[in-house]
Amino acid sequence: MSNVLILVDHIGGVVPRAVGELATFGKRIGSVTAVICSSESASLIPQLSSFSIDKVIVCEGVEFEKYSVGATAQALQQVVAKESPRAVLITSSARGKEIAGRLAVRCDFGLITDAIDVSAEVIATQSVFGGSTTVHSSISHGVPIVTLRSNSVDVQIGNTAPVIENLSVSYDGVDKAVVTSLEPAVKGGRPELTEASIVVSGGRGTDGNFAPVEEIADLLGAAVGASRAATDAGWYPHSNQVGQTGKTVSPQLYVACGISGAIQHRAGMQTSKTIVAINKDSDAPIFDVTDFGVVGDLFAVLPQAIGALKAD
Amino acid sequence: MKIAVCVKQVPDSWAEKKMGADGLLDRASVDSVLNDLDEYAVEEALKLVEAHSPTNEAGEGSGHTITLICMGPEKATEAVRKALSMGADDAIVITDPALAGSDALATSRVLAKAIKDGGFDLVICGTESTDARMSVIPAMLAERLGFAQLTFAGSLKLEGSNISIARQTEFGVEQMSAPMPAVISVVEKINEPRYPSFKGIMAAKKKTITTKSLADLGIDAQSAWSKVNDSALRPPRGAGVKIVDEGEAGKKLVEFLRERKLV
Repeated sequence: MSNVLILVDHIGGVVPRAVGELATFGKRIGSVTAVICSSESASLIPQLSSFSIDKVIVCEGVEFEKYSVGATAQALQQVVAKESPRAVLITSSARGKEIAGRLAVRCDFGLITDAIDVSAEVIATQSVFGGSTTVHSSISHGVPIVTLRSNSVDVQIGNTAPVIENLSVSYDGVDKAVVTSLEPAVKGGRPELTEASIVVSGGRGTDGNFAPVEEIADLLGAAVGASRAATDAGWYPHSNQVGQTGKTVSPQLYVACGISGAIQHRAGMQTSKTIVAINKDSDAPIFDVTDFGVVGDLFAVLPQAIGALKAD
Repeated sequence: MKIAVCVKQVPDSWAEKKMGADGLLDRASVDSVLNDLDEYAVEEALKLVEAHSPTNEAGEGSGHTITLICMGPEKATEAVRKALSMGADDAIVITDPALAGSDALATSRVLAKAIKDGGFDLVICGTESTDARMSVIPAMLAERLGFAQLTFAGSLKLEGSNISIARQTEFGVEQMSAPMPAVISVVEKINEPRYPSFKGIMAAKKKTITTKSLADLGIDAQSAWSKVNDSALRPPRGAGVKIVDEGEAGKKLVEFLRERKLV
């Protein structure tokens, strides 16, 4: 039976749900081997217990403590050489894609990024050109490396007790850049934008007041996004920008508040499963992609919706 | 200091893009422009040179050079000309029929060879092209060249031969530093790209664009190792419900979310 490698990434010691998605996709192709490259693997392994994972390979090392895309790619290359997998699946985060890119160069394997689905035959589905076109792609050389976007599949719960294997890997100091300081992200309890299953975004129509957007986001357990107009105005951090030059999100529910829906913004959100919008302008292009649109003032509609949600 | 800035010609990001019958992006039916995000890379290179130039200006007398590196069809020189009019010194355009349909692996291989031959200290890129949007070329270049990788820079500083950047990641705000040579990618908040001045546009007409084939670079063509099997336009989203707020829209919105079991 063929074997699939999935890379276990983590944010501050927490394994994201996206790793469970990789395991779910991997299971279609073969038995799943999770690769941990970390200086704190002991705290990560238990977090994998609910996913469909058959084996865990641990590459423990201080090289992975900090910014280490090069070392991670180098470790993965050695795991690939040992395991001869049918495919390597990695989360489509900025970091995940850099690791995948470096691995592809090192091994001379084909690479597909930002897939939203992958089949048992390792044919990847991508949504391109701002979600207007669906593409099926495959790799014609080497072991396919595929990066997958978060929120692409329901995580299949597993109950396997994976075999744990330690692998000693060698490095050649490939990461010449070092992190000299880190100011941790202020969490505020909100999920990461690209990981969240609900995203509430604000745009020009907020006029700089994100309070109702944040309040309904917190009631829904959602991440907060912003249009480019809002980030350029300095109303919200650039890191929360959704759109062509910001982040691409594909949540179960996307709520656009005071966002007109220029093509640049739609490119970052129109593959969301359900789209709701509130906008004063009934001709706003955002209404071309909404499942439920409200022509109205967000400062009237949101407080009423918040009240209705709290009435539960 | 020799700086290379990687630029790409892309279909206008406002235009509607579609796939051709050959499984490649149909580039003929849309206007082509300099990739928006590369303008930030050109601007940052100019600012870096200006800050370290005795004349406070880029160009001759600064003691530094900015060379644009571009791979693309022959007409990519148009996009390159725009970046030259911003103030870059010269350009290398690698164009070869055998490069049509290149993927990121093939592209990074060609760019890396041109950069290696040019003996650059610093490579600056935008974070991604607005057509393919893979965002992997800077990391691939760092891997191929053995340069330090400083990606997604929100600010940039050069002290001696040391480059430091600040970048926002899922972990927080990171300060990173590395000795040159390095590959840097810059995010769009790092600066405000200048508009080419009339003087800049006139000067750009005289600047050298060296066109090179794969044979000139001394490498063979490498075919793309990922391929599109088929593509289809996504069916338009069905027309949804649209209501005008008459005082109850907030409640109706929540009812909709409950019906869909989203809350």
